[in-house]
Amino acid sequence: MTKLIWTAGAFAALATPLAAQGELNVYNWSDYVAEDTISGFEEKTGIEVNYDVFDSNEVLEAKMLTGSTGYDVVVPSIEFMARQAQAGVFAEIDKEALSNYGNLDPEILEVVAVNDPGNTYGVPYMMFTTGIGYDVNKVSERIEADKIGSWDMVFDSETAAKLADCGITMLDSPSEMVAPALNYLGLDPNSEDADDLEQAKELLLSIRPHVRYFHSSQYINDLANGEVCVSVGYSGDLLQARDRAAEADQGIEIAYAIPREGAQVGFDMLAIPADAPNPEAALQFIDHILEPEVSAAITNYVYFANPNTAATEHVDAEVREDPGIYPPDETRAKLFSLKPHGARFDRSLTRAWTEIKTGR
Amino acid sequence: MSALLNLSRAWSGRALVVAVPILWLGLFFALPFLVVAKISLSELAIAMPPYLPLAEWADGALNIVLNFGNYLFLLSDGLYIAAYLESLKIAAISTLFTLLIGYPMAYVIAMARPDRRNLLLMLVVLPFWTSFLLRVYAWIGFLKSNGIINNMLMALGITDAPLQLIQTDFAVYIGITYTYLPFMILPLYANLSRLDRSHLEAAADLGARPLTTFLTVTLPQSAGGIVAGCMLVFIPAVGEFVIPALLGGPDTLMIGRVLWDEFFSNRDWPVASAVAVVMLLVLIGPILLLRRAQAREEG
Repeated sequence: MTKLIWTAGAFAALATPLAAQGELNVYNWSDYVAEDTISGFEEKTGIEVNYDVFDSNEVLEAKMLTGSTGYDVVVPSIEFMARQAQAGVFAEIDKEALSNYGNLDPEILEVVAVNDPGNTYGVPYMMFTTGIGYDVNKVSERIEADKIGSWDMVFDSETAAKLADCGITMLDSPSEMVAPALNYLGLDPNSEDADDLEQAKELLLSIRPHVRYFHSSQYINDLANGEVCVSVGYSGDLLQARDRAAEADQGIEIAYAIPREGAQVGFDMLAIPADAPNPEAALQFIDHILEPEVSAAITNYVYFANPNTAATEHVDAEVREDPGIYPPDETRAKLFSLKPHGARFDRSLTRAWTEIKTGR
Repeated sequence: MSALLNLSRAWSGRALVVAVPILWLGLFFALPFLVVAKISLSELAIAMPPYLPLAEWADGALNIVLNFGNYLFLLSDGLYIAAYLESLKIAAISTLFTLLIGYPMAYVIAMARPDRRNLLLMLVVLPFWTSFLLRVYAWIGFLKSNGIINNMLMALGITDAPLQLIQTDFAVYIGITYTYLPFMILPLYANLSRLDRSHLEAAADLGARPLTTFLTVTLPQSAGGIVAGCMLVFIPAVGEFVIPALLGGPDTLMIGRVLWDEFFSNRDWPVASAVAVVMLLVLIGPILLLRRAQAREEG
């Protein structure tokens, strides 16, 4: 199913939805709402929702910079949203129209305001960490226990070599794979220095032969089915893989670790394109998401933490107490967030990424 | 006077007939190509759209800035040249496979009883009734680690562990050969069905064995069909994106994928456009070959 969603995402990039009166076009990440999030909004407002999905910030950005996408609500990560806002992609959020805006955690609003001054263009939707999901049995058969829960699993070529036969996968995103590599090397994950990038590239090339594929959503099913055994991915996606494996009951046990060296924490933002056909409906939709029960239901379903203080009491205890979803303080201290890149560094970064992916 | 009128009427009629295809070409080929060529000469920027305009009015003067840096970048970086060469290689090998499989099929259809030919041709075209994407997807089901082929091989005891079939160049060859086969069979059939059978009888009467007849009579006469079929497969296969993206591995380097990456992942429209322009230039040779083959077929 994820494979189908992936294709839908990739090829939806080529289609433009048509917006009419009373319709709302939402473009969100795959597997990122609860089962009743959309239908609940449709029932409440009578607005018909067209829901499309993508699985990488880069694909979303390509569409946004083209313009006239026909979407009313899109969900970029904060560092991508900051750059797109510079290009004039987004309309300012009318906070007066959002009756539930006060539910948002002021501390988190402050953190995202570093990239979005005054919280002008985006409303935080969910938070995630980029860590490692792994098949507990296969991994502990192959490597020492002290390597588990460390970036050594994928970045140490000796350890990665032992795991290669059961399958390692990585996200197909230059920014989100190079940053942890820099961090692993003890460098600033937001460095734009050419030498630092070169070192990160060397590191990734050294473990490249052990990587089965680079993809940003396929690993959810593959990990759950036992096709692969170690995936660098988004916290909620990997926790969904854990649940799917448990449901299938085939003896596969998946665990998620925020590696002890530190990992990226990210924020996905609800934003309204400047040329959205139906901005009023978009605001209604964002306000619907900010309802404590709605936010909590999404978190309970997709295992991403929400920034909604009023929602916390509605979140299931087992989700709230899961360190992979709501990390404890000592883990939190090691987390880093990404900043937007300059255009010139971006070209060197993506160029290095192509070299890493193709292994040449 | 009336002769002049007739002449001008005839001329305008002819102009109209020619104008339609020219307009079509202009609107749907030349114009988009010029837009792409224009973007390939501009500079990357964080804007909507993400490149700087070529021409700008400044102080009452028109400033045109052409940036050939994108082309120099393609040449200076080994990746792009490697991707073009790899695409040509993958397309050429897949074309050879389609020819080896398609020729016997076209031959059998052309030699079949006339009342059966239509049925056989329909069977060749039948796969087009389902979506191209679904047909490529079906191959994922065949080739993946716990897919049909691997399960069969393991059940028969031929292998112990699943073979890595998907995410390899081999899977890309299969995908291209499978999806493009009809484009090989149809022109070959058109050519072979016009083959004069009396030549074959004459060869037999003169004592040639079937193999000799095939090599000296049938094969040379079908050369036009072979070239047409090969080019119809080869030209689109060079720029193929979907098949390498779904069946190929991360190291399957094809220009269609590089183009997608430049455009969607790197948001670098100028370089993506330059890649597209160069791809067209690379394909001019095979396209001319196809034109010559078609001209010979008609003449």
